[in-house]
Amino acid sequence: MRTSRLWSKIAKWIALFIVFCVFIFPLILVLVNSLKPLTDIILNPLSWPTSWNFVNYTDAFNLMDFPDAFLNSLIITVLSVSLIAIGSSMTAYLFVRKKSRLTTLLFYFMVASMLIPFQAVMIPLLQIYGADLHWLNNKWILIYMYLGFGASLAVFFYHGVIKAIPIELEEAAMIDGASRVQTFFRIVFPLLLPTTVTLIILDSLWIWNDYLLPSLVLQSPSQRTLPLSTFSFYTAYSANFGDVMAALVMTAGPLLIVYLFLQRHIIKGIMAGSIK
Amino acid sequence: MKGERGRLKRWSIDFIFSGPTLIAFATVLIVPFLYGVYLTLTNWNGLSNHHQFVGIANYLQTFQDQSFWVSMGVTVKYVIVTVVLVNVIAFALAYALTTGVKGQNIFRTTFFAPSLIGGIVLGFIWQFIFQNVIVYLGQILNMPALSNSMLATPSGAFWSLVLVSVWQYSGYMMIIYIAGLMAVPQELVDAASIDGANALIRLRAIVLPMIMPAIVVCVFLTLQRGFLNYDLNLSLTAGGPYGSTVMVPLYVYQQAFTSQNFGLGQAEAFVLFIIVAIISFIQVYVGKKQEVEA
Repeated sequence: MRTSRLWSKIAKWIALFIVFCVFIFPLILVLVNSLKPLTDIILNPLSWPTSWNFVNYTDAFNLMDFPDAFLNSLIITVLSVSLIAIGSSMTAYLFVRKKSRLTTLLFYFMVASMLIPFQAVMIPLLQIYGADLHWLNNKWILIYMYLGFGASLAVFFYHGVIKAIPIELEEAAMIDGASRVQTFFRIVFPLLLPTTVTLIILDSLWIWNDYLLPSLVLQSPSQRTLPLSTFSFYTAYSANFGDVMAALVMTAGPLLIVYLFLQRHIIKGIMAGSIK
Repeated sequence: MKGERGRLKRWSIDFIFSGPTLIAFATVLIVPFLYGVYLTLTNWNGLSNHHQFVGIANYLQTFQDQSFWVSMGVTVKYVIVTVVLVNVIAFALAYALTTGVKGQNIFRTTFFAPSLIGGIVLGFIWQFIFQNVIVYLGQILNMPALSNSMLATPSGAFWSLVLVSVWQYSGYMMIIYIAGLMAVPQELVDAASIDGANALIRLRAIVLPMIMPAIVVCVFLTLQRGFLNYDLNLSLTAGGPYGSTVMVPLYVYQQAFTSQNFGLGQAEAFVLFIIVAIISFIQVYVGKKQEVEA
């Protein structure tokens, strides 16, 4: 009995280890090949690099305009996520604390709208903001769009949490002379922190990696986000494997490094987000 | 007078709270959605200033557009296969990783990692593997089956998409299953084993019904991502070879922006939306009915 249990434990561990290798192998392969000259990659994509060589990185860094793309991605992600978190928590707060037929209707309207996929509004969106208004090709309109697309899920998340906060806390602050906006930011918003963290994780992953919407909105090369510049770099230099591998490492790397440091929070945040 | 000013002030505060968000929501999602309904009733090509009202002609044309339904067929097949594989694998991993295996956390962390990488980058990473690494292996091992790129044949390209999707999503769904499994009361499982239930019976009679909420969420998410997959489709196969792996989102994009059939493209996007909405609704409804309380 004892030994059979031990064997099943070992078998399970070996099976998990094989899956582990399948998961990590592609990532390691890209990393290793990014350090090799092109001829070595073509000769044998499985060999170790003979020397440390960062030429591919400097090439890709310059050719894909990495600093610009990285900065664009960072600005767009940080501002969009902040706007979604602040705007949606305030909206959800109003919906909960000023419950009326109108706010209830608006809330259910937003929840129902979560079923609309981006593809269903893509063509008219482009028509309105592009051909009609000529507002495309700048990151501010893209950030505004992310607020519009991200609001419903965020309002839904916050709505459930705010409902559970006792109103007495706010009343005390109001009596002390704080305005409603002050009360919200001093008392309510800090209590929403766990939800905000979950939201930041989910929305950052979405916006940082999004390709379709930015590809439609941002047309000039200087406006490109990381996924866009990776794509155009790949289309232009796909035969140059070394540079491509370096570009892929530089695009995926930043998020993976953040993940290494914050993995427990990120996994906890995803778990919390799935239960709602 | 004073009452009126007070009301105005209250309204302006309400506006500070919800105005910007609701305006963005309405102008980015609702207005385009309604405008989209109108577009499907016109013959607009995206360029001319004039377009005519054509009634339901675009919807009729959608039903006659054979390549659209071929693409829908590929999409449905892809969705069925990935939903099943992703959820079975994710559940198995979660089940194995909640039993206190050595290195449990390292396994969890690694399996989740692909979820952080965007579809575009993933597609390019795997293109290299399918076109170079596997072909190289086929040559040195003298295995003709591997010596040609999987992406060069329609069925190979299809299964490549499935494989990469499974690799991409299993870890994410695993995390949700782990959250579900951790909420299953251990006493219940122990009581069943004392009563003589073996592992398989315990899984079927206790664990699966108890984690039904997690199953509903994971199936919902994999369905949505499967039907709306665009990035990976574009970067891994670009619909090739010979257009055999063009799934509906990519098809709609090409219809609208390559062929300039805006009305028809929009009608086809709506057909996709309605199909996804109906399937998701049925799935959540059926799933919720299976849920039990501890």
